Amino acid sequence: MRTAVKTASRNASRTAAGAGEGAGARTGTRTLRAGSVLSLRFRPRALVAAAVCLLAALAAGVVTIGSGDYPMSPAEVLTTLTGGGTPAQDFIVNELRLPRVLAALLVGASLGLAGAVFQSVVRNPLGSPDMLGITQGASTGALLVVLAGGSSAALAGGAIAGGLLTGLLIYALAWRHGTHGYRLVLTGIGVLAMLTGVNGYLLTRGKLMEAARAVLWITGSLDGRGWPELTPLLIALAVLGPVTVLGCGRALRMTEMGDDAAHALGVSVERARTTALGSAVVLVSFAAACAGPVSFVALTAPQLAKRLTRAPGPNLLPAACMGAAVLVTADWAAQNLFTGRQIPVGVVTGLLGGCYLVWLLATQRKAGRI
Amino acid sequence: MNTHAVVRDLHGPRAPRTPGQDIAPVGHPQDGAERMTQGNHRDHGAPAAGGTRLSGEGLTLAYDRRTIAEDLTVAIPDHSFTVVIGPNACGKSTLLRALSRMLKPAAGAVLLDGRDISSANAKQVARTLGLLPQSSVAPEGISVSELVSRGRYPHQSLLRQWSAEDERVVAESMSSTGVAELADRSVDELSGGQRQRVWIAMALAQQTPLLLLDEPTTYLDLAHQIDILDLCARLHQEEGRTLVAVLHDLNHAARYATHLIAMRDGRVVASGPPERIVTAELVEEVFGLPCRVIDDPETGTPLVVPAARRGAAPASRRRPVTPPDPSALPARTPVPPRRTVRSAGGRA
Repeated sequence: MRTAVKTASRNASRTAAGAGEGAGARTGTRTLRAGSVLSLRFRPRALVAAAVCLLAALAAGVVTIGSGDYPMSPAEVLTTLTGGGTPAQDFIVNELRLPRVLAALLVGASLGLAGAVFQSVVRNPLGSPDMLGITQGASTGALLVVLAGGSSAALAGGAIAGGLLTGLLIYALAWRHGTHGYRLVLTGIGVLAMLTGVNGYLLTRGKLMEAARAVLWITGSLDGRGWPELTPLLIALAVLGPVTVLGCGRALRMTEMGDDAAHALGVSVERARTTALGSAVVLVSFAAACAGPVSFVALTAPQLAKRLTRAPGPNLLPAACMGAAVLVTADWAAQNLFTGRQIPVGVVTGLLGGCYLVWLLATQRKAGRI
Repeated sequence: MNTHAVVRDLHGPRAPRTPGQDIAPVGHPQDGAERMTQGNHRDHGAPAAGGTRLSGEGLTLAYDRRTIAEDLTVAIPDHSFTVVIGPNACGKSTLLRALSRMLKPAAGAVLLDGRDISSANAKQVARTLGLLPQSSVAPEGISVSELVSRGRYPHQSLLRQWSAEDERVVAESMSSTGVAELADRSVDELSGGQRQRVWIAMALAQQTPLLLLDEPTTYLDLAHQIDILDLCARLHQEEGRTLVAVLHDLNHAARYATHLIAMRDGRVVASGPPERIVTAELVEEVFGLPCRVIDDPETGTPLVVPAARRGAAPASRRRPVTPPDPSALPARTPVPPRRTVRSAGGRA
């Protein structure tokens, strides 16, 4: 089988005289063809962006593992990770620190992916799950469990149930001949306001110990996360990640042109959208169950990824990689930048995300878009 | 029957019927004509001799509980440039939505090649029937060539994302709509007329024998409206596609259409070639607008000149036995004085 990688410009000049440079050079896409059956189209820039984000996330992870009360060099960390360390190093790296970093990677990737899906469906950068009340719903579920004195596992279950129920509620309220973007945003904001009130009320009802535990959880923290917290999220992402990226990515890209246009092109709009939104809600809920409602990652990661790839479309894979990079880096900062004591990662992402949001609005205003 | 001859002339050489469409064309046109005569309406040799790959049969169209049309039957003659006209809210866009399976009829069925379109595979339909919707959004920063290449979606799959054929068709579509030079420009920076050409190029890249256009000239200035309609007429004539467009301007419709469907209140009032059906009575009946119908001096097609409102022109201008002063006519039908010579004396 003959495999040929060629820029589309060569092909275009053959087929369309006078078409100038050719589609590939213009749109920054490359095509990989094998015979007449297989042809893959990709943007080198988007792939490189995703790869760079992923590498940055992994590098930050190695650095994070090596930092702390028992500092290790990246080389030592890598040796230990591959099974070559001393028993002490092995315990510190593989038992204590690796799960936390893995949790950061998975939570970040889930939030980035879910955020990209939501922003694509809603057609608005502000349409991220934490703006629409999904994460608040997870908090409500978790708070109810905390106030009832439930275990950590029960807390995670409460968070997942809360997130999923909120997602269903928003979908049911916003559903009318398909979920329209604005309707989804407005409904979500209403639900968010409601749940914020409920959460505030629940916090005042708790006893001091419970309230302290609840507040720490609500901020979003990766402290003390181990394999039991990690595994459900790992499974969810392993299943729903490919479903979303491979199964819905192309259809979502089409729906950005409007439902009618996508429909006319043979996209099963409602099916793709329901699948993608459902997966995103599940991912956000599981991520919240693992690390609490870490704020702003779902909002910022897809936007940052989009600016790196400069590509239209939901940019699902780059957004997931960017989310992982952002959260691992934020967790490193939360552990090391503030002297005295560690702070929850949610504080860092909140600060960074807030600054980013203001910057986004300021620059978009200059560009005349908002 | 001379109406057949008219239809044949207008539609040009007829392509051979594709197999599998024998079911649809035989019964429906007659059925449609019957319904319309029952309702005391005119049908002048509508989809007479040709086939109809696309037809609506006894359609009841409704949004929620608001019914737009009941028991509506239409047939789109193959290789025609069919234009649907009618006043606002007469259901013409709704009909187009139903024909393109955007709206599922509450009763009745839309048949494409004899099969109910709602039960057909979405991508398969999209390879036969294209639609240029009114409400398309160009994603931010997307380039012209990239937007046009999205028209290839129904021909693609996860493993077949961008074949050499896709590339060829996209380049062809861009050059036949005259946007090839704009290929690497961002769609955001184009003018309204250019943008509409790009969307049409995208629909062309879909390579469908049937193409529906929902008000393709809305929001464009007069020159660009004509430009887009000329383009549509060329696509119809040169490539033998069946075009169905919803248009607001009756004179544009009469000039470009080979088959006209006039609707009012969710009913088809008349259908057929414009020369046969566009009369002052029809316009009055469909739009409630008193008018005269004269020959378009450019094309010989019917030209609708709305009647001047009584007392609209100042007294000083009102001279006996002169053609109506063009400046007294509503602005949307500018008629140079020479065009009215033929009907001089018709109205004082």
